[in-house]
Formats: sequence, structure tokens, C-alpha cells
Amino acid sequence: MASETVLLGHGSGGQMMKRLIDELFLEHFGSPELLAGNDAGVAALPGTGRIALSTDSFVVTPQFFPGGNIGRLAVCGTVNDVATSGAHVRYLSCGFILEEGYPMDDLRRIVKTMADTAAEAGVRIITGDTKVVERGGADGVYINTAGVGEVPAGVELSGARCRPGDAVLLSGALGDHGIAIMSQREGLAFGTEIVSDAAPLNSLIAAVMEAAPHVRCFRDPTRGGLASTLNEFAAASKVAIEVEEDAIPVHDAVRGACEMLGYDVLQVANEGKMVAIVPEDEAQAALDAMRANRYGAEAAIIGHVAELPSGRGPVVRVRTGWGSTRVLDMLVGEQLPRIC
Amino acid sequence: MSAPAKTAPNIDFGAFRDPALVRGLIGRIERIVGDRPINLMEVCGTHTVSIGRYGFRSIMPTGLRLLSGPGCPVCVTANRDIDYAIALARQEGVIIATFGDMMRVPGSTSSLRAEKAAGHDIRIVYSPLDALRIAEEQSEREIVFLSVGFETTTPAIAASILEASERELTNFSVFAANKMTPPALRAIADDPETRIDGFILPGHVSTITGIEPYRFLVDEFSIPGVVTGFEPVDILEGIEMLARMVVEGKPRIENAYLRGVSADGNRVARELATQVFEPCDATWRGLGKLPQSGLRIRQEFARFDASQRFDVAIEPTVEPRGCRCGDVLRGRIAPTGCPLFGTACTPEHPVGPCMVSSEGSCAAYFRYREE
Repeated sequence: MASETVLLGHGSGGQMMKRLIDELFLEHFGSPELLAGNDAGVAALPGTGRIALSTDSFVVTPQFFPGGNIGRLAVCGTVNDVATSGAHVRYLSCGFILEEGYPMDDLRRIVKTMADTAAEAGVRIITGDTKVVERGGADGVYINTAGVGEVPAGVELSGARCRPGDAVLLSGALGDHGIAIMSQREGLAFGTEIVSDAAPLNSLIAAVMEAAPHVRCFRDPTRGGLASTLNEFAAASKVAIEVEEDAIPVHDAVRGACEMLGYDVLQVANEGKMVAIVPEDEAQAALDAMRANRYGAEAAIIGHVAELPSGRGPVVRVRTGWGSTRVLDMLVGEQLPRIC
Repeated sequence: MSAPAKTAPNIDFGAFRDPALVRGLIGRIERIVGDRPINLMEVCGTHTVSIGRYGFRSIMPTGLRLLSGPGCPVCVTANRDIDYAIALARQEGVIIATFGDMMRVPGSTSSLRAEKAAGHDIRIVYSPLDALRIAEEQSEREIVFLSVGFETTTPAIAASILEASERELTNFSVFAANKMTPPALRAIADDPETRIDGFILPGHVSTITGIEPYRFLVDEFSIPGVVTGFEPVDILEGIEMLARMVVEGKPRIENAYLRGVSADGNRVARELATQVFEPCDATWRGLGKLPQSGLRIRQEFARFDASQRFDVAIEPTVEPRGCRCGDVLRGRIAPTGCPLFGTACTPEHPVGPCMVSSEGSCAAYFRYREE
């Protein structure tokens, strides 16, 4: 970490955050479960097999946006992280940090949404905590959730298990959440309203696992977008990953907004999308299972895992419709709109 | 920001990305160029990014080089101007508002991002009108908008100053480092160390300027130019037209972006800019001092001119050692020709401004590099 103070970029989901995690948190907390580098830690619990545990904090502003609010994110984010391990997600905790003066009506709406989303996901919120800080000590409401589930015997999903030839599946169109937040935050209008995709994906994951029993891993491309997820997989598995740009679903309004703002849609956050790496011979079955799910209708096979040429580092490549290729990097720093 | 035409509902943008059309154009360019050496320069940062993203450099004929010019407003901002902004940010009671890309540009010893983390109040805005809103909300603070940009951005800055004047705001000012494109093109056309055979002229800037200001390229330097849009088919069409003019030895200024640019541009926007700004000599990073290439706020609006309002001490300018942003901006070398590229200088730890801005040549080359 070259920087002597925490910068916003340290929370972006890109390279700066990765370095902070690698060089500070992993250095001091480096349990084997954490070092596995997946979205949920999987560990043995005497007498009950293995559990998956994950936690996430939500600080989004605005707290209400097209397609949801911070409460829906707080449930979906943690449910999805636990589910990526292949666990049956069972229970959530939630901690609220509230700013003095926050409207009670808004808090009620958030809590109601959390209850509805938990019911939709089939999980129960079984413990919580509330703290109130002085005005100015927080920005309205922050929520932390943790989730736990049991990992069925024999399930060993990990980003380190990608093999050359595997297919890369994406459960739907990219960028809806990030652009919905951005347009709400900055008062930008893009003709068509862009709605956050926040959704619990544990049922979609379960369906894919049933259809493709040898699925290697899942990850939800949240902050840092598809670019971060694929680079994490490539690095963990020491492989190359190639995606076809034309195969990646993106809604027109999001594509237009990204061009206007100068964003790469492959680096924009999603809250209701899942990437799955699946052996080639199970790819079609996995795709069919995704598409049959209410949150996977636009799912697509977007690329494949490839052998790493000897002496080369892990890499993610994007191929255009006319045959040129480029490297797809993780986001650097925070995502900033361009200025001309 | 991009031209609004991009989101116009009645244009089918799929056609501008049609792979078959793209491949056809690439084939035509190959046949025109053959094995001739031709240097084309794109002078708009958005073109640099698009060419990178579409991977065009890797599939052009061997002799056809696409060089990136001084088209990123952040990149051409002089080190001293960044230092001035940093000095302003350190003033008690001042809120700095600026475009996001300015945050990470290294000055001589600091950056706005570092100053923000150190507790100074620096805010990212999307429009100078947002800075006006802050000024109204925080009447006890001084709001300074750091303005960089070319002809596309200047009218909006002018509008914000007129609006501030209308609302009689007394705590709003602008530090203007705005610049004009044609003088930079002249400097490059005139540079004995750079040989440019044709210019891919900026699409967005030309919506304001029209095509007249580029005539001197043909009249004085016999260099052709084509105003070009940003979709894959747009860019290849521009390249094809330029290649043909170069090969035939018949330089002209052409407009291939008819859906966005009219021959005489946007007169209303230009008048708005002229009402508030007047030309002045300006220092460009890499190009040095160019006569009548910058804009300063007219005396009539001096109360909104931060450089007249604040007398701050600026630290001595230190140019980053080994950084060749200047040569990159002039098209003397490609970003990959800089010894720091990708090693000491990366988007995470930029040494020079061309690695900072998303539209900077070095950042675009790094982001869309081939293996």
C-alpha cells in the first residue's frame, strides 16, 4: 500500500482494494478459510459438517433507488455471497448504524424490504444490533449483514478450480445496478429508466448446481464488475479467460449511459447477476437452468477458460466481433465520469 | 460529455457496430494503404479510448500508425495549474469543485485526491452548475470550480458564470484552464520532429466549432483532416477517407460525422463562450506556451475569476523525472515508447497525467493493451 491514508479507491472493488486486502487484512487475519479467496469462508463445525459464512456492509447513497433500496441490497448481497459457496443459505444477522435524525418512515421502508427479500430468498433474520451515532457521524443508515448456511457433503466450489475448456456463463445483462445508482445520485436521466438488478440468486445457483453437477465456481460481479470477477478467477486458477464482447448481454440504456459517462460496462457493479464457470459438456444444461430461473432469462455463455501460454501471467481477454482482442483489467481507483 | 445525438431514439447504432461492415472497411483500408507508411493522429481522447477498445491498432495495415494527440484536457493541463489548484484547496474556507478526472493528476508534490484524503474539501461534480448549487447552499464558504476542457466544455462554464452573475453570487469563482484545439494542431503540424499525414478530427469539439477552424491544416501544411464520430464504423470510415487523400495527394478537410456536426458548428454555444471568455496565451503540458490557445475570463466578470480573487503561493514546479507525457502528447512517441510505461507508471501509480485520465493516451494504451 503506497498510500498513507485510506482513499475512496480502496473501496472500489478494483486493484487498490485488492492490495489493501492482500497486504493488510490477509497479512493479519490469514486463516486458511480466508486465504482460499472466495466470497464465503467454508469451515468445519464439529458435529454438523461444514458451514459457509460471509458478511457484507452496505453504505450506498442514495438509500432508495430505482429497483430497490439499501435493505434489499443488504439481504441479497450476503445471501448471494454465501450461496456462491454452494451452501444452502439459512440465517442472517443484521446490524444497523443509524444517524441521529434519520426519518423513521424511511427506516420502516428499509426494514420491510429486508423482511420481504429474506422471505423471497427463503432465509431468516435471527439476530441483530442497533447503534445510533450523532448527526454527521454516518450518512443516514449503514447496514451490516452476515449470513450462514450449510455446505452439502462433496460440494467444493472455488475460484481456483477453473480448467481450460470450461465455459463462462453470465446470468444476465451487466451494469444495471451501477448505472441506476449513478443516475439517481447525479440526477442524470437516460430516457429509459434504468432499474437496479438487486436480487437473491440462491435459487438460481441451486438450479445450476443440479443441472451441472461439476460446476467449478460461482461469483456475483458486484463492485469492480465482471472485470474483477474474471481476473480473480484467472489469478486463482492460473489460467487465461477469453470472453466474446458481442456475447455479453447489456441493455441499450446502460450501454448508452456508459458511453456518455466514459465507463467500461465490464467494470460496472451488479447486484443481481452471477458468473458461473462450468465444464464444457455441462454448459448447455447450466445455461438452460439459468434461463428457467426468474433472474436468469437473459443468461448467456460469454466465453471460455483457456490454457496459459508458458511464462505468461493469468489474463482476461476480450475478443471483438471483428477479431481484435484486448486485455481486460480490474478497475483502478474509483470509477470516475470523464469530462469531455 | 458526449454529443446528445448518441442517445437519439431514431438512430440504429447497431449498424455502426456491424461486424461485417467493420471487416469490409478494414479490407478497404488495407487495399488503399498497401505497404505505405502513413501516420494518422487522433486528437480527441474519446477517439483514443474507442480505438483502443475496438482493438483497431492491432488490425491496421503494418505501415498505418495511429498516434494519439493532445486530446485529453486533463493531460494537457500544465503542472503549475495543478499546483495552483492544490494551493487553493489548502486555503481555509474554500471548497474546490471539479471534474472527477482532475482528482488523481499528480502535481509537483501532491494531488487533489491526496489533499481530499488529508481533509480538504474537494468535491467531484458533473457540471459547473452543480458547483453553483453548492455555492448557494454554503454561502459562508468560497466555492472554486476548477475548469479544464476544450470547446465542448467552455460554453457550459460560461453559462455557469453568467448564471452566477444573474443570481448575484459572491462566493463562486472559476479557475479557468480551458483551451482551444486548433492552436495545438498547428503546433503539431509545425513540429519538425513529428510527421503527421492526416488528422482524425474531434467529433465532439467540432459540434461546437464546425469545420472552418481546421482549414489551415490544408492551406498551410497540406495535411488532410476528417471530422469523425466514435462508433467502430465511424472511425474506420474516417481512416479510410484520410488514407485515400494521403495516397492520392489531395488533402481536404471533410466531415464524416454529419449526424453530429454541421459545417458551421454551434454558433449559440460559441457566442456564449465569447461573452465570458477571451483568448490568451496558455501553457500546455508537453507543447509549452502556445499563443492565443487558452481562454481567460473577461475583465467584466473578474469577480468570478479565481486567479484574480485568490493570491496563493504556488510551490516550485517539479516535472516528474523520466516522464515523457510531453512527447506522447506531441505524437513523437507512442505511450509504449516511454521507459516508465507499465513499469514505474501504471494507472494505479501514475507518474504523468496521460496515465491518469481515463482518456489519457497512456491510460488508454495500458487499459486496452494487447498481451
